[in-house]
Amino acid sequence: MGHVIIKDLCKEFVERRSQARIANSDALSHKGETIQVLDHIDLEFKNGELVCILGPSGCGKTTLVRIIAGFDDSTSGTVFIDGEKVSGPSSDHIFVFQHNGLLPWMTVWDNVGLGLRHAGQPEEKEQLVQEYIDAVNLTGFEHHYPHELSGGMQRRAELARALVVNPEVLFMDEPFAGLDFLTRLKMREEVINMHQLFRKTVIFITHDIDEALVMADRVILFTDRPAQVKADHMLEFPHPRDFQCDMELENLRRDVYSALGVHYAL
Amino acid sequence: MDVERLKRLLLPLVVFLSLVAIWALAARYGGWSESAFPGPRAAAVGMWELITNGTLLRHSVASLFRVTAGYYLAVLIGLPLGMVLGWWKMGQVMFNSLIQFLRPISPLAWIPLAMLWFGIGDKPAIFLIFLSSFFPLLVSTITAVSRINPLFFQVAANFNFSRYETISKIIFPAILPSVLPALRISLGIAWLVVVAAEMIAVKSGLGYLILDSRNALRMDYVLDAMIAIGLIGICLDRIIRLLNRIKSVSWGSV
Repeated sequence: MGHVIIKDLCKEFVERRSQARIANSDALSHKGETIQVLDHIDLEFKNGELVCILGPSGCGKTTLVRIIAGFDDSTSGTVFIDGEKVSGPSSDHIFVFQHNGLLPWMTVWDNVGLGLRHAGQPEEKEQLVQEYIDAVNLTGFEHHYPHELSGGMQRRAELARALVVNPEVLFMDEPFAGLDFLTRLKMREEVINMHQLFRKTVIFITHDIDEALVMADRVILFTDRPAQVKADHMLEFPHPRDFQCDMELENLRRDVYSALGVHYAL
Repeated sequence: MDVERLKRLLLPLVVFLSLVAIWALAARYGGWSESAFPGPRAAAVGMWELITNGTLLRHSVASLFRVTAGYYLAVLIGLPLGMVLGWWKMGQVMFNSLIQFLRPISPLAWIPLAMLWFGIGDKPAIFLIFLSSFFPLLVSTITAVSRINPLFFQVAANFNFSRYETISKIIFPAILPSVLPALRISLGIAWLVVVAAEMIAVKSGLGYLILDSRNALRMDYVLDAMIAIGLIGICLDRIIRLLNRIKSVSWGSV
Protein backbone atom coordinates (compact mmCIF):
# COMPACT_ATOMS: atom_id res chain seq x y z
CA MET A 1 0.00 0.00 0.00
CA GLY A 2 1.02 3.59 -0.25
CA HIS A 3 -2.11 5.62 -0.48
CA VAL A 4 -1.58 9.23 0.56
CA ILE A 5 -4.36 11.68 1.32
CA ILE A 6 -3.60 15.30 2.09
CA LYS A 7 -6.53 17.21 3.52
CA ASP A 8 -6.74 20.98 3.67
CA LEU A 9 -3.09 21.35 4.63
CA CYS A 10 -1.78 24.77 5.68
CA LYS A 11 1.62 25.76 6.96
CA GLU A 12 2.66 29.10 8.35
CA PHE A 13 6.10 30.10 9.46
CA VAL A 14 6.67 32.82 11.99
CA GLU A 15 8.80 35.62 10.63
CA ARG A 16 11.38 35.69 13.38
CA ARG A 17 13.50 38.46 12.07
CA SER A 18 10.87 41.15 12.55
CA GLN A 19 10.12 40.20 16.13
CA ALA A 20 12.04 37.84 18.35
CA ARG A 21 10.01 34.99 19.74
CA ILE A 22 9.70 35.04 23.50
CA ALA A 23 10.81 31.88 25.20
CA ASN A 24 7.99 29.56 26.33
CA SER A 25 5.49 31.04 23.90
CA ASP A 26 4.43 28.71 21.15
CA ALA A 27 4.08 29.65 17.52
CA LEU A 28 0.32 30.15 17.76
CA SER A 29 0.36 32.77 20.46
CA HIS A 30 3.22 34.61 18.86
CA LYS A 31 2.31 38.10 17.77
CA GLY A 32 4.93 38.46 15.02
CA GLU A 33 4.09 38.26 11.37
CA THR A 34 3.59 34.88 9.80
CA ILE A 35 4.42 33.75 6.33
CA GLN A 36 1.97 31.39 4.79
CA VAL A 37 3.82 28.70 2.87
CA LEU A 38 1.14 26.16 2.09
CA ASP A 39 -2.35 27.36 1.32
CA HIS A 40 -5.07 24.73 1.77
CA ILE A 41 -3.54 21.89 -0.16
CA ASP A 42 -5.83 18.98 -1.00
CA LEU A 43 -4.24 16.07 -2.81
CA GLU A 44 -4.54 12.35 -3.09
CA PHE A 45 -1.80 10.06 -4.36
CA LYS A 46 -2.74 6.61 -5.51
CA ASN A 47 -0.85 3.54 -4.49
CA GLY A 48 2.22 3.02 -6.68
CA GLU A 49 2.07 6.42 -8.33
CA LEU A 50 5.27 8.24 -9.22
CA VAL A 51 4.34 11.85 -8.58
CA CYS A 52 6.63 14.74 -9.48
CA ILE A 53 6.08 18.01 -7.73
CA LEU A 54 7.17 21.07 -9.70
CA GLY A 55 7.12 24.65 -8.59
CA PRO A 56 9.11 27.83 -8.41
CA SER A 57 12.06 27.90 -6.09
CA GLY A 58 11.07 28.52 -2.47
CA CYS A 59 7.37 27.85 -3.03
CA GLY A 60 7.08 25.23 -0.31
CA LYS A 61 7.60 21.94 -2.12
CA THR A 62 10.10 20.71 0.41
CA THR A 63 7.92 21.90 3.31
CA LEU A 64 4.96 19.94 1.96
CA VAL A 65 6.93 16.76 1.55
CA ARG A 66 8.57 17.11 4.95
CA ILE A 67 5.11 17.38 6.50
CA ILE A 68 3.87 14.32 4.62
CA ALA A 69 6.94 12.41 5.78
CA GLY A 70 6.34 13.48 9.38
CA PHE A 71 9.45 15.61 9.82
CA ASP A 72 7.50 18.86 10.26
CA ASP A 73 4.13 19.70 11.73
CA SER A 74 1.43 21.39 9.74
CA THR A 75 -0.33 24.48 11.00
CA SER A 76 -3.66 22.96 10.12
CA GLY A 77 -4.94 20.04 8.09
CA THR A 78 -3.94 16.40 8.16
CA VAL A 79 -2.08 13.81 6.15
CA PHE A 80 -3.13 10.20 6.02
CA ILE A 81 -0.99 7.40 4.70
CA ASP A 82 -2.99 4.22 4.21
CA GLY A 83 -5.71 5.57 6.41
CA GLU A 84 -3.40 6.40 9.28
CA LYS A 85 -2.69 9.92 10.38
CA VAL A 86 0.97 10.86 10.03
CA SER A 87 2.40 11.93 13.37
CA GLY A 88 6.14 11.46 12.91
CA PRO A 89 8.85 9.88 10.80
CA SER A 90 8.66 6.15 10.32
CA SER A 91 10.51 3.50 8.36
CA ASP A 92 7.31 2.90 6.38
CA HIS A 93 7.99 6.08 4.49
CA ILE A 94 11.60 6.81 3.74
CA PHE A 95 13.01 10.17 2.79
CA VAL A 96 15.85 10.41 0.30
CA PHE A 97 17.51 13.70 1.08
CA GLN A 98 18.49 16.63 -1.08
CA HIS A 99 22.06 16.34 0.08
CA ASN A 100 23.84 13.18 0.85
CA GLY A 101 22.11 11.43 3.70
CA LEU A 102 24.39 8.40 3.85
CA LEU A 103 26.13 8.11 7.20
CA PRO A 104 29.76 8.84 6.30
CA TRP A 105 31.21 6.63 9.06
CA MET A 106 29.52 3.51 7.73
CA THR A 107 30.33 1.47 4.67
CA VAL A 108 27.81 1.10 1.86
CA TRP A 109 26.91 -2.28 3.30
CA ASP A 110 26.18 -0.90 6.79
CA ASN A 111 24.28 2.05 5.37
CA VAL A 112 22.05 -0.13 3.25
CA GLY A 113 21.47 -2.42 6.23
CA LEU A 114 20.37 0.46 8.50
CA GLY A 115 16.67 -0.22 8.16
CA LEU A 116 17.08 -3.95 8.75
CA ARG A 117 18.69 -3.71 12.18
CA HIS A 118 15.94 -5.59 13.93
CA ALA A 119 14.55 -7.63 11.07
CA GLY A 120 14.79 -11.35 10.57
CA GLN A 121 17.66 -13.81 10.54
CA PRO A 122 21.23 -12.61 9.86
CA GLU A 123 21.52 -14.73 6.69
CA GLU A 124 18.22 -13.45 5.41
CA LYS A 125 19.27 -9.89 6.13
CA GLU A 126 22.61 -10.33 4.40
CA GLN A 127 20.91 -11.73 1.34
CA LEU A 128 18.47 -8.83 1.21
CA VAL A 129 21.19 -6.18 1.58
CA GLN A 130 23.24 -7.84 -1.16
CA GLU A 131 20.20 -8.07 -3.40
CA TYR A 132 19.52 -4.34 -3.21
CA ILE A 133 23.17 -3.38 -3.55
CA ASP A 134 23.24 -5.50 -6.70
CA ALA A 135 19.99 -3.90 -7.86
CA VAL A 136 21.56 -0.43 -7.84
CA ASN A 137 24.75 -1.71 -9.51
CA LEU A 138 27.03 -1.20 -6.55
CA THR A 139 28.29 -4.77 -6.44
CA GLY A 140 31.93 -4.70 -5.41
CA PHE A 141 31.57 -1.44 -3.48
CA GLU A 142 29.95 -2.95 -0.38
CA HIS A 143 32.88 -2.11 1.85
CA HIS A 144 33.59 1.35 0.52
CA TYR A 145 32.82 4.43 2.57
CA PRO A 146 30.52 7.06 1.05
CA HIS A 147 33.33 9.56 0.48
CA GLU A 148 35.09 6.97 -1.66
CA LEU A 149 32.14 6.86 -4.08
CA SER A 150 31.10 9.23 -6.84
CA GLY A 151 28.01 11.41 -6.40
CA GLY A 152 25.86 9.12 -8.54
CA MET A 153 26.97 6.03 -6.64
CA GLN A 154 26.14 7.73 -3.35
CA ARG A 155 22.60 8.45 -4.53
CA ARG A 156 22.22 4.88 -5.71
CA ALA A 157 23.38 3.59 -2.33
CA GLU A 158 20.86 5.85 -0.65
CA LEU A 159 18.17 4.57 -2.97
CA ALA A 160 19.07 1.00 -2.03
CA ARG A 161 18.97 1.90 1.65
CA ALA A 162 15.49 3.35 1.20
CA LEU A 163 14.14 0.46 -0.87
CA VAL A 164 15.49 -2.36 1.27
CA VAL A 165 13.05 -1.63 4.11
CA ASN A 166 10.18 -2.05 1.65
CA PRO A 167 8.60 1.33 2.46
CA GLU A 168 5.05 2.22 1.46
CA VAL A 169 6.07 5.65 0.26
CA LEU A 170 9.38 7.02 -0.92
CA PHE A 171 10.08 10.73 -0.73
CA MET A 172 12.79 12.19 -2.89
CA ASP A 173 13.68 15.83 -2.44
CA GLU A 174 15.70 16.85 -5.48
CA PRO A 175 17.78 13.72 -5.11
CA PHE A 176 19.81 14.44 -8.24
CA ALA A 177 20.81 17.97 -7.32
CA GLY A 178 24.52 18.42 -7.74
CA LEU A 179 24.98 15.51 -10.14
CA ASP A 180 26.41 16.11 -13.57
CA PHE A 181 24.10 16.01 -16.58
CA LEU A 182 24.94 12.50 -17.76
CA THR A 183 24.70 11.02 -14.28
CA ARG A 184 21.34 12.70 -13.87
CA LEU A 185 20.08 11.08 -17.05
CA LYS A 186 21.24 7.68 -15.85
CA MET A 187 19.72 8.19 -12.41
CA ARG A 188 16.37 9.08 -14.01
CA GLU A 189 16.49 5.78 -15.85
CA GLU A 190 17.30 3.93 -12.65
CA VAL A 191 14.48 5.50 -10.70
CA ILE A 192 12.03 4.72 -13.51
CA ASN A 193 13.24 1.12 -13.62
CA MET A 194 13.10 0.83 -9.83
CA HIS A 195 9.61 2.19 -9.84
CA GLN A 196 8.43 -0.23 -12.49
CA LEU A 197 10.05 -3.06 -10.57
CA PHE A 198 8.84 -2.26 -7.05
CA ARG A 199 5.72 -0.14 -7.70
CA LYS A 200 6.08 2.04 -4.64
CA THR A 201 4.41 5.37 -4.27
CA VAL A 202 7.16 7.87 -5.01
CA ILE A 203 6.84 11.58 -4.29
CA PHE A 204 9.59 13.30 -6.16
CA ILE A 205 10.45 16.98 -5.85
CA THR A 206 12.32 18.57 -8.68
CA HIS A 207 12.64 21.89 -10.40
CA ASP A 208 13.73 20.23 -13.62
CA ILE A 209 10.66 20.21 -15.84
CA ASP A 210 12.04 17.73 -18.35
CA GLU A 211 13.03 15.41 -15.56
CA ALA A 212 9.51 15.47 -14.18
CA LEU A 213 7.95 14.86 -17.59
CA VAL A 214 10.28 12.00 -18.42
CA MET A 215 9.78 10.19 -15.14
CA ALA A 216 6.40 10.86 -13.64
CA ASP A 217 3.01 9.18 -13.82
CA ARG A 218 1.64 12.44 -12.61
CA VAL A 219 3.01 15.98 -12.46
CA ILE A 220 1.71 18.49 -9.96
CA LEU A 221 2.49 22.17 -10.43
CA PHE A 222 2.55 24.55 -7.51
CA THR A 223 2.09 28.29 -7.58
CA ASP A 224 4.53 30.64 -5.95
CA ARG A 225 4.26 31.08 -2.17
CA PRO A 226 1.76 30.53 -0.61
CA ALA A 227 1.74 27.31 -2.59
CA GLN A 228 -1.49 26.11 -4.10
CA VAL A 229 -1.99 23.38 -6.64
CA LYS A 230 -1.90 25.11 -9.99
CA ALA A 231 -2.15 22.15 -12.31
CA ASP A 232 -2.34 18.40 -12.02
CA HIS A 233 -1.42 16.39 -15.09
CA MET A 234 -1.67 12.65 -15.53
CA LEU A 235 1.00 11.32 -17.87
CA GLU A 236 -0.02 8.11 -19.51
CA PHE A 237 2.89 7.99 -21.93
CA PRO A 238 4.94 4.82 -22.20
CA HIS A 239 8.62 4.79 -21.21
CA PRO A 240 11.09 5.69 -22.59
CA ARG A 241 9.64 9.06 -23.44
CA ASP A 242 10.87 11.30 -26.20
CA PHE A 243 9.70 14.88 -26.58
CA GLN A 244 10.66 14.94 -30.25
CA CYS A 245 8.50 11.97 -31.24
CA ASP A 246 5.48 12.50 -29.07
CA MET A 247 3.62 15.67 -29.98
CA GLU A 248 1.22 15.35 -27.09
CA LEU A 249 4.09 15.19 -24.62
CA GLU A 250 5.79 18.10 -26.33
CA ASN A 251 2.61 20.18 -26.03
CA LEU A 252 2.34 19.33 -22.36
CA ARG A 253 5.95 20.34 -21.92
CA ARG A 254 5.20 23.73 -23.47
CA ASP A 255 2.19 24.12 -21.20
CA VAL A 256 4.22 23.38 -18.11
CA TYR A 257 6.99 25.76 -19.12
CA SER A 258 4.54 28.59 -19.68
CA ALA A 259 2.64 27.76 -16.51
CA LEU A 260 5.87 28.24 -14.59
CA GLY A 261 6.48 31.49 -16.44
CA VAL A 262 9.49 30.48 -18.50
CA HIS A 263 7.96 30.08 -21.95
CA TYR A 264 10.94 31.93 -23.42
CA ALA A 265 13.21 29.05 -22.39
CA LEU A 266 11.74 26.81 -25.09
CA MET B 1 62.53 8.75 -4.73
CA ASP B 2 65.24 7.25 -2.52
CA VAL B 3 67.10 10.54 -2.39
CA GLU B 4 63.87 12.14 -1.17
CA ARG B 5 63.52 9.60 1.62
CA LEU B 6 67.15 10.00 2.60
CA LYS B 7 66.65 13.75 2.82
CA ARG B 8 63.61 13.27 5.02
CA LEU B 9 65.67 11.15 7.39
CA LEU B 10 68.88 13.14 7.28
CA LEU B 11 67.65 16.72 7.48
CA PRO B 12 66.03 16.45 10.91
CA LEU B 13 69.15 14.63 12.11
CA VAL B 14 71.34 17.47 10.85
CA VAL B 15 69.15 20.01 12.67
CA PHE B 16 69.29 17.91 15.82
CA LEU B 17 73.08 17.50 15.68
CA SER B 18 73.57 21.23 15.10
CA LEU B 19 71.49 21.92 18.18
CA VAL B 20 73.68 19.55 20.22
CA ALA B 21 76.77 21.31 18.83
CA ILE B 22 75.41 24.74 19.80
CA TRP B 23 74.60 23.33 23.23
CA ALA B 24 78.18 22.02 23.60
CA LEU B 25 79.67 25.34 22.49
CA ALA B 26 77.38 27.36 24.76
CA ALA B 27 78.21 25.15 27.73
CA ARG B 28 81.94 25.38 27.13
CA TYR B 29 82.30 29.06 26.19
CA GLY B 30 79.21 30.52 27.86
CA GLY B 31 81.02 31.33 31.06
CA TRP B 32 78.90 29.09 33.28
CA SER B 33 80.55 26.51 35.45
CA GLU B 34 80.30 22.85 34.48
CA SER B 35 77.87 22.21 37.34
CA ALA B 36 75.57 25.11 36.40
CA PHE B 37 75.33 24.31 32.69
CA PRO B 38 76.55 20.83 31.82
CA GLY B 39 77.42 20.09 28.22
CA PRO B 40 76.11 17.19 26.15
CA ARG B 41 78.90 14.90 27.29
CA ALA B 42 78.14 15.41 31.00
CA ALA B 43 74.42 15.01 30.30
CA ALA B 44 75.08 11.76 28.43
CA VAL B 45 77.13 10.39 31.30
CA GLY B 46 74.38 11.38 33.73
CA MET B 47 71.78 9.81 31.48
CA TRP B 48 73.73 6.55 31.43
CA GLU B 49 73.82 6.56 35.26
CA LEU B 50 70.10 7.25 35.49
CA ILE B 51 69.30 4.49 33.02
CA THR B 52 71.58 1.84 34.49
CA ASN B 53 70.54 2.35 38.09
CA GLY B 54 66.87 2.28 37.08
CA THR B 55 66.03 5.75 38.41
CA LEU B 56 64.85 7.09 35.08
CA LEU B 57 62.59 4.12 34.40
CA ARG B 58 61.07 4.30 37.88
CA HIS B 59 60.29 8.00 37.61
CA SER B 60 58.99 7.74 34.05
CA VAL B 61 56.65 4.93 35.03
CA ALA B 62 55.40 6.97 37.98
CA SER B 63 54.68 9.97 35.75
CA LEU B 64 53.07 7.87 33.06
CA PHE B 65 50.87 6.18 35.63
CA ARG B 66 49.56 9.53 36.89
CA VAL B 67 49.00 10.87 33.40
CA THR B 68 47.19 7.71 32.37
CA ALA B 69 44.95 7.72 35.43
CA GLY B 70 44.09 11.42 35.26
CA TYR B 71 43.69 11.42 31.50
CA TYR B 72 41.45 8.35 31.44
CA LEU B 73 39.29 9.90 34.14
CA ALA B 74 38.98 13.04 32.07
CA VAL B 75 38.08 11.07 28.94
CA LEU B 76 35.62 8.82 30.77
CA ILE B 77 33.81 11.77 32.35
CA GLY B 78 34.42 14.51 29.79
CA LEU B 79 33.27 12.69 26.66
CA PRO B 80 29.90 11.41 27.94
CA LEU B 81 29.20 14.69 29.72
CA GLY B 82 30.09 16.63 26.58
CA MET B 83 27.80 14.42 24.52
CA VAL B 84 24.92 14.97 26.94
CA LEU B 85 25.45 18.72 27.11
CA GLY B 86 25.92 18.99 23.36
CA TRP B 87 22.59 17.32 22.79
CA TRP B 88 20.64 18.81 25.67
CA LYS B 89 20.33 22.48 24.73
CA MET B 90 18.82 23.50 28.07
CA GLY B 91 21.76 21.93 29.90
CA GLN B 92 24.11 23.89 27.70
CA VAL B 93 22.37 27.11 28.66
CA MET B 94 22.56 26.13 32.32
CA PHE B 95 26.17 25.01 32.47
CA ASN B 96 27.93 26.94 29.74
CA SER B 97 28.88 29.96 31.85
CA LEU B 98 30.09 27.73 34.68
CA ILE B 99 32.31 25.78 32.29
CA GLN B 100 33.64 28.94 30.69
CA PHE B 101 34.34 30.30 34.18
CA LEU B 102 36.25 27.24 35.38
CA ARG B 103 38.12 26.61 32.15
CA PRO B 104 40.63 29.49 32.25
CA ILE B 105 41.69 28.69 35.83
CA SER B 106 45.07 27.02 35.48
CA PRO B 107 45.20 23.54 36.99
CA LEU B 108 48.23 24.75 38.94
CA ALA B 109 46.01 27.21 40.81
CA TRP B 110 44.25 24.19 42.26
CA ILE B 111 47.45 22.88 43.88
CA PRO B 112 46.77 24.17 47.42
CA LEU B 113 43.20 22.88 47.43
CA ALA B 114 44.19 19.61 45.80
CA MET B 115 46.75 18.97 48.51
CA LEU B 116 44.29 19.84 51.27
CA TRP B 117 41.57 17.65 49.82
CA PHE B 118 43.60 14.67 48.68
CA GLY B 119 46.64 14.83 50.93
CA ILE B 120 50.08 13.71 49.87
CA GLY B 121 50.71 11.15 47.13
CA ASP B 122 49.33 10.29 43.72
CA LYS B 123 45.81 11.58 44.26
CA PRO B 124 46.37 15.36 44.08
CA ALA B 125 48.59 14.94 41.01
CA ILE B 126 46.00 12.79 39.29
CA PHE B 127 43.34 15.35 40.16
CA LEU B 128 45.38 18.17 38.60
CA ILE B 129 45.94 16.16 35.41
CA PHE B 130 42.26 15.35 35.31
CA LEU B 131 41.41 19.05 35.53
CA SER B 132 43.91 19.98 32.86
CA SER B 133 42.52 17.63 30.22
CA PHE B 134 38.89 17.58 31.32
CA PHE B 135 37.89 21.07 30.20
CA PRO B 136 39.44 21.06 26.72
CA LEU B 137 37.83 17.67 26.11
CA LEU B 138 34.45 18.72 27.47
CA VAL B 139 34.30 21.94 25.47
CA SER B 140 35.37 20.39 22.20
CA THR B 141 32.92 17.50 22.64
CA ILE B 142 30.05 19.91 23.25
CA THR B 143 31.02 21.91 20.16
CA ALA B 144 31.38 18.75 18.09
CA VAL B 145 27.94 17.45 19.08
CA SER B 146 26.20 20.74 18.38
CA ARG B 147 27.83 20.85 14.95
CA ILE B 148 26.57 17.45 13.81
CA ASN B 149 24.70 17.78 10.54
CA PRO B 150 20.97 17.74 11.51
CA LEU B 151 20.37 15.55 8.47
CA PHE B 152 21.88 12.60 10.33
CA PHE B 153 19.31 12.94 13.10
CA GLN B 154 16.56 12.95 10.49
CA VAL B 155 17.98 9.77 9.00
CA ALA B 156 18.00 8.32 12.52
CA ALA B 157 14.36 9.29 13.05
CA ASN B 158 13.42 7.93 9.64
CA PHE B 159 14.89 4.52 10.45
CA ASN B 160 13.31 4.43 13.92
CA PHE B 161 16.56 4.68 15.88
CA SER B 162 16.20 4.30 19.61
CA ARG B 163 17.82 6.83 21.89
CA TYR B 164 20.70 4.47 22.57
CA GLU B 165 21.19 3.82 18.85
CA THR B 166 21.18 7.55 18.16
CA ILE B 167 24.02 7.96 20.62
CA SER B 168 26.08 4.95 19.58
CA LYS B 169 25.47 5.05 15.83
CA ILE B 170 25.07 8.76 15.12
CA ILE B 171 26.46 11.05 17.81
CA PHE B 172 29.53 9.08 18.79
CA PRO B 173 30.89 8.32 15.31
CA ALA B 174 29.91 11.78 14.07
CA ILE B 175 32.00 13.61 16.66
CA LEU B 176 35.06 11.34 16.46
CA PRO B 177 36.87 13.27 13.70
CA SER B 178 36.74 16.48 15.73
CA VAL B 179 37.23 14.83 19.12
CA LEU B 180 40.42 13.01 18.13
CA PRO B 181 42.46 16.24 17.79
CA ALA B 182 41.07 17.31 21.17
CA LEU B 183 42.20 13.99 22.66
CA ARG B 184 45.64 14.63 21.24
CA ILE B 185 45.88 18.19 22.52
CA SER B 186 44.61 17.34 25.99
CA LEU B 187 47.06 14.45 26.31
CA GLY B 188 49.80 16.95 25.52
CA ILE B 189 48.49 19.30 28.19
CA ALA B 190 48.28 16.44 30.69
CA TRP B 191 51.92 15.60 30.05
CA LEU B 192 52.83 19.27 30.56
CA VAL B 193 50.94 19.48 33.83
CA VAL B 194 52.22 16.23 35.34
CA VAL B 195 55.73 17.65 35.63
CA ALA B 196 54.46 20.68 37.52
CA ALA B 197 52.16 18.56 39.66
CA GLU B 198 55.03 16.30 40.65
CA MET B 199 57.05 19.17 41.99
CA ILE B 200 54.64 19.18 44.91
CA ALA B 201 53.41 16.51 47.22
CA VAL B 202 55.07 13.46 45.67
CA LYS B 203 58.39 11.68 45.87
CA SER B 204 58.49 10.18 42.40
CA GLY B 205 57.98 11.11 38.77
CA LEU B 206 60.01 13.10 36.29
CA GLY B 207 58.91 16.40 37.86
CA TYR B 208 60.18 15.19 41.21
CA LEU B 209 63.41 14.05 39.57
CA ILE B 210 63.97 17.58 38.27
CA LEU B 211 63.24 19.15 41.63
CA ASP B 212 65.31 16.63 43.54
CA SER B 213 68.29 16.95 41.18
CA ARG B 214 68.14 20.71 41.47
CA ASN B 215 68.29 20.42 45.26
CA ALA B 216 71.30 18.13 44.86
CA LEU B 217 72.79 20.61 42.36
CA ARG B 218 72.91 17.91 39.67
CA MET B 219 72.04 20.02 36.63
CA ASP B 220 73.04 17.16 34.36
CA TYR B 221 70.18 15.10 35.83
CA VAL B 222 67.84 18.07 35.39
CA LEU B 223 68.69 18.17 31.69
CA ASP B 224 68.34 14.40 31.43
CA ALA B 225 64.88 14.52 32.97
CA MET B 226 63.91 17.25 30.49
CA ILE B 227 65.16 15.12 27.62
CA ALA B 228 63.18 12.15 28.89
CA ILE B 229 60.03 14.30 29.17
CA GLY B 230 60.45 15.43 25.57
CA LEU B 231 61.04 11.93 24.26
CA ILE B 232 58.07 10.42 26.11
CA GLY B 233 55.94 13.34 24.90
CA ILE B 234 56.80 12.50 21.30
CA CYS B 235 55.92 8.85 21.89
CA LEU B 236 52.55 9.70 23.46
CA ASP B 237 51.71 11.94 20.54
CA ARG B 238 52.68 9.23 18.04
CA ILE B 239 50.52 6.69 19.83
CA ILE B 240 47.42 8.86 19.91
CA ARG B 241 47.90 9.82 16.27
CA LEU B 242 47.50 6.16 15.36
CA LEU B 243 43.81 6.61 16.17
CA ASN B 244 43.49 8.82 13.09
CA ARG B 245 44.14 5.79 10.93
CA ILE B 246 40.84 4.16 11.87
CA LYS B 247 38.90 3.82 8.64
CA SER B 248 35.52 4.96 9.91
CA VAL B 249 37.07 8.23 11.11
CA SER B 250 38.87 9.16 7.92
CA TRP B 251 35.72 10.70 6.38
CA GLY B 252 36.23 13.71 8.62
CA SER B 253 39.36 14.78 6.78
CA VAL B 254 37.78 14.68 3.34
